[in-house]
Amino acid sequence: MNKIPSALNLGLRRGALEIKQFTRQRESVVFTLLFPLILLAIFGSVFKDTIAPGVTFSQYFVAGMVASGLVNSGFQQLAITIPMERDYGSLKRLRGTPMPVASYFIGKALLVFVSMILQVILLLAGGYFFFGLNMPADISKWLTFTWLIILGTASSTVLGIAFSCVPKSGRGASAVVSPVVIVLQFFSGVFFIFTQLPTWMQQVAAIFPLKWLTQGMRSVFLPDSFAASEVAKSWETGKTFIILLAWLIAGFFISLRTFKWSRD
Amino acid sequence: MNVIEVAGLRKSYGDLEAVRGIDLSITKGEIFSLLGPNGAGKTTTVEILEGFRTRNAGEVKVLGFDPATQGHASREWRNRIGIVLQSTSDAGDLTVYETISHFAGYYSNPRNADEVIQAVGLEEKSKELIRSLSGGQRRRLDVALGIVGNPELLFLDEPTTGFDPEARRAFWSLINNLRNDGTTILLTTHYLDEAEALADRVAVINHGQIIEVSTPDHLGGRSSSMATVTWRENGELKSIETQNPTALVSSMSPQFAGEIPELSITRPSLEDIYLKMIGHANE
Repeated sequence: MNKIPSALNLGLRRGALEIKQFTRQRESVVFTLLFPLILLAIFGSVFKDTIAPGVTFSQYFVAGMVASGLVNSGFQQLAITIPMERDYGSLKRLRGTPMPVASYFIGKALLVFVSMILQVILLLAGGYFFFGLNMPADISKWLTFTWLIILGTASSTVLGIAFSCVPKSGRGASAVVSPVVIVLQFFSGVFFIFTQLPTWMQQVAAIFPLKWLTQGMRSVFLPDSFAASEVAKSWETGKTFIILLAWLIAGFFISLRTFKWSRD
Repeated sequence: MNVIEVAGLRKSYGDLEAVRGIDLSITKGEIFSLLGPNGAGKTTTVEILEGFRTRNAGEVKVLGFDPATQGHASREWRNRIGIVLQSTSDAGDLTVYETISHFAGYYSNPRNADEVIQAVGLEEKSKELIRSLSGGQRRRLDVALGIVGNPELLFLDEPTTGFDPEARRAFWSLINNLRNDGTTILLTTHYLDEAEALADRVAVINHGQIIEVSTPDHLGGRSSSMATVTWRENGELKSIETQNPTALVSSMSPQFAGEIPELSITRPSLEDIYLKMIGHANE
């Protein structure tokens, strides 16, 4: 008798399957991947001023769009689709098989990671060729970018799974989840310059990961001279890392506790 | 050893007692059918056995493990079980083959995906997306996913809902083949003819209790019950209930020149017996 495949092995297979399913939903693929670029085009044409010497609003906005992408393709996407899978009964069916919950989580994380990578490539390439986006030249900035993407993907995934127990049904999930994300985007300095927001908004935003992801991405895409214009007069890179890691760990344990395979 | 062993099983939802003391033993290789009206406690019982629900009281052993506390044995245990739930659907962006071969990968000793597709009669749909399947074809896919892991024990909950008569016959022969391979099957169904065609034993459950466990042809005293002889005489349909239909017909036959018009001898169907039992229980 052969052994049951390991949780990691099944997680990788789940990931491949999730990505295959995702690529077959053409409308949502196109929309998910192109939406950040469309927003960049709109905001780039509305706000043409430079916000600091050598820093255009588009440049500032790209940092926010990459960070939002992490929240959209992880948290938002999962908190909406998992309740739908639960309604369909496909989660209950999975529960009846020897596939462990860890494999399901790994599969979702891989899906989020791949859709995030595609989204970032499109956004940066589009921004570079059409909107005069400056790419960081420094290798250390790309290193920061890489750990932000990995940590951001992982925490966004677990928080999306954790939040998936909140919507009562798949049909209503989008109405519950989307406002949370949009409000967070406004508070976290994605659409506006963070330092121009009211202090209380800044303080609320500082609790949640999106503000830190956005600030981290600014440290990648804006010149170091801009750090002096941040609230703390610094990029706060170490603090960003710790806060994101804390959310990742908290999200992981909450999602393990609250994850539901079926509605009742 | 019995594959399923249940004693004194109880389950309440708030004030409602859904299962009120059920005992069951199901032996290896048999097809055991649970019959009962909606709300009788069938699904609750089965979901407790499948490890989907907790219970309030009683002993439960499925393949030697308590489904509520198998803990680390859980994956090993699930590896030996197949479940076909009452209704499952999904977005359907995968093909039949992709879905079945993916699920096969969850198990240590799966069946070949193509063989399973053939067994449920979906060969022609193998490369089609699930979203293009009809209701009955989706149901056959559900069954395929339940058996692809080569289970020792298979739970079937209303498996043939939405099947046309031909598909049901094909499905029955599939289930018979599984039995011949030694699979133990717990079948929940609304169709009495299905239970009669497949089950070695049936249990009738109502109001959370088992009324009777028997073979389909002995349930409710069916084999010893009266036969009804019906015929037409002087333009009128007549019928007599008797223990001795053969003697009755031979005694009648001299009165008629040749054939007795519209003669029939019937015994109560499983459905008649079942409805009578449920009716009694309701009083």
